Amino acid sequence: MITAISLLSLLALLFGLLLGYASVRFKVEGDPVVDQIDAILPQQQCGKCGYPGCRPYAEAIAKGEAEINQCPPGGEVCILALADLLDCEPKPLSTEHGIEKQKMLAVIDESTCIGCTLCIQACPVDAILGAAKCMHTVIAEECTGCERCIAPCPVDCIKMVSIPLAVNTWKWPYPALPPTLQNPMEPVL
Amino acid sequence: MTLWPFHGGVKPDGHKSLSNQTPILQADIPPFLILPLLQHIGEPTEPIVKVGEKVLKGQIVAHCKQKKDCHLTMSAPIHASSSGTVVAIEHRAVPHPSGLTAPCIIIETDGKEEWIECLPMTNYAELAPDVVRKHIARAGIVGLGGAGFPAHIKLNSGAIDTLIINGAECEPYITCDDRIMRERPDEIIAGAKIVMHILGGAKHCLIAVENNKPEAYKALLEAADERVEVVQIPTKYPMGGERQLIQTLTGKEVGRSQIPASVGIVVHNVETARTVYRAVQLGTPLLSRLITITGGGVEKPQNFEVLLGTPMHVIIDQCRRKEGVERLIMGGGMMGFALPNDEMPIVKTTNCLILMRADEIETSRLLEMPCIRCGACTQVCPISLLPQQLYWHAKAKDFKKAQAYHIFDCIECNCCAYVCPSHIPLVSYYRYAKAEIHACQHKGKKAELAKKRHEFRTFRLQRDKAEKKARLKKLKTASNASKEATIKAAMERVKAK
Ligand code: SF4
Ligand code: SF4
Ligand code: SF4
Ligand code: SF4
Repeated sequence: MITAISLLSLLALLFGLLLGYASVRFKVEGDPVVDQIDAILPQQQCGKCGYPGCRPYAEAIAKGEAEINQCPPGGEVCILALADLLDCEPKPLSTEHGIEKQKMLAVIDESTCIGCTLCIQACPVDAILGAAKCMHTVIAEECTGCERCIAPCPVDCIKMVSIPLAVNTWKWPYPALPPTLQNPMEPVL
Repeated sequence: MTLWPFHGGVKPDGHKSLSNQTPILQADIPPFLILPLLQHIGEPTEPIVKVGEKVLKGQIVAHCKQKKDCHLTMSAPIHASSSGTVVAIEHRAVPHPSGLTAPCIIIETDGKEEWIECLPMTNYAELAPDVVRKHIARAGIVGLGGAGFPAHIKLNSGAIDTLIINGAECEPYITCDDRIMRERPDEIIAGAKIVMHILGGAKHCLIAVENNKPEAYKALLEAADERVEVVQIPTKYPMGGERQLIQTLTGKEVGRSQIPASVGIVVHNVETARTVYRAVQLGTPLLSRLITITGGGVEKPQNFEVLLGTPMHVIIDQCRRKEGVERLIMGGGMMGFALPNDEMPIVKTTNCLILMRADEIETSRLLEMPCIRCGACTQVCPISLLPQQLYWHAKAKDFKKAQAYHIFDCIECNCCAYVCPSHIPLVSYYRYAKAEIHACQHKGKKAELAKKRHEFRTFRLQRDKAEKKARLKKLKTASNASKEATIKAAMERVKAK
């Protein structure tokens, strides 16, 4: 009897220690669900979802305060991935937040720019270069196409342009329906 | 010789006799040559000539960034395929499924065919393999079977036991390899021996020919000696696929993420071997290639040796084009893709052009019906994938599942779509899914970067705010201190009076 009790208590102690050690050793920083959601979001920081940026939106989804269909830049692919992660039904993009469109690029008309720095202050990823009263320019590589710089410009000199297609960035499209005679994509035999 | 046939595959009508009856012709020199800067898999080249410059035949006009080390780069220089003047360096339509334009060098030919000095390497057997390999890299040679993989990269494979020269030519309609094997077997075998030397003395060399090309087999057999073995293999599509050929000849399976070199094998196409021969023995870089012009849309289907950069219409007109051509396909009948027009140049990867009239096209194929889950596609997949599952997931844009079903192992051979009774363009769905997954990965990387930049910005704004606050405080205390000091000084002055 005594041996059984002591053995069990010993085991309990052992496992307790083990668990305690594991919780310290394998501690997870932050909230893993928020991180996982944040990793799916496109990180444009455009605010179209109704939150100041992607991270706050991720937090809102994790808390169950926001729907998963509020991010227009992410579009369908993003919604499907979120539905898969959170194990819920995917739904179409909420049109009240915007529509899914091709990623664009901001371009500043350098002859009109008055160097007011307002766009620099608006850009969430520091993709605009310039100093006060000097002409500004967008670093194309870094621009996420969030459109946040458009509204603040007092002389309307920023335009969103579509990114030119090139052979190396071209993607095979979703198979056309109905296919045409010239449809390149099936065996010709 | 024992053979190990691969799983699946199909036996489509070859349409080979259309074009394999007559000898290869030399095509005319076109008035203008259009040389795209990217004609291979890998990094594009950069032009090293200027507009207005005179160029000689065989002169390098575009080189990879690391000119000296071009044999270490996944790239291949572009040569002027005839003498003339560079008249433009600009975007032109290139033969690509997108139909988009890309940077090209345009040369107006002078018809004189003035050569640059050729530097052969006839004593190659006495030279170190790396020296010969560098020579091959400078000659701009890429895999001429259609993929365009830089040859010098494949030749840098470490310990290789067996070299396989691929003369399967399993694609319907294409016959240029068949003709060259009949007409120049000696050059192919000489090229194979050079490749063996570069590979550090590979022990065996197998030349594989499908048994629907008996003349080619016989010609090679007569030209072969004890160092190369010519093997006849069954006619089945896609026999010419690298992995399928290796399995058929050696029984070795190349794993999912492996390259053939990891099982001690390297595969080269017959025409690549011949081009290696010409680069080493004659000193001529890759300036021309063989191409089959065929289909019901031309009166005289024919194989040609064409200068790279020749616009397609020039060569098609030489075969007398018929009225009412509905489709222009680049590549074979199974894996080829349609081009929007014939203004584009023939590049290093153009092995065949098929012109089709409306009556040749099976219009029933254009009607996609629902999948009836018959399983025919699974039976023919040479990779033993589950094409039907891949299709469902790609169609539903469930890319995770598609990847779980190994979509990236699919070689896009089109066997599954060929047998599908519902005429589903299965491979189009796979290509779409693959492209989306690649784009997603690229987007993910960009998003990660954007996130970092945003986080840094937030940090910077906070830091600036904190610094400003600290500065204000300091200013305040400093001004307080100076005030006190003035008062003190004034008091002292009063006292002193
Ligand atoms: S809409 Fe999408 S990209 Fe824009 S801030 Fe919200 S989550 Fe980020
Ligand atoms: S430049 Fe404009 S569109 Fe581009 S990331 Fe900055 S704010 Fe957004
Ligand atoms: S062959 Fe076509 S119809 Fe049959 S299972 Fe495959 S995809 Fe479905
Ligand atoms: S195209 Fe892909 S899935 Fe279809 S048979 Fe070929 S390898 Fe298999």
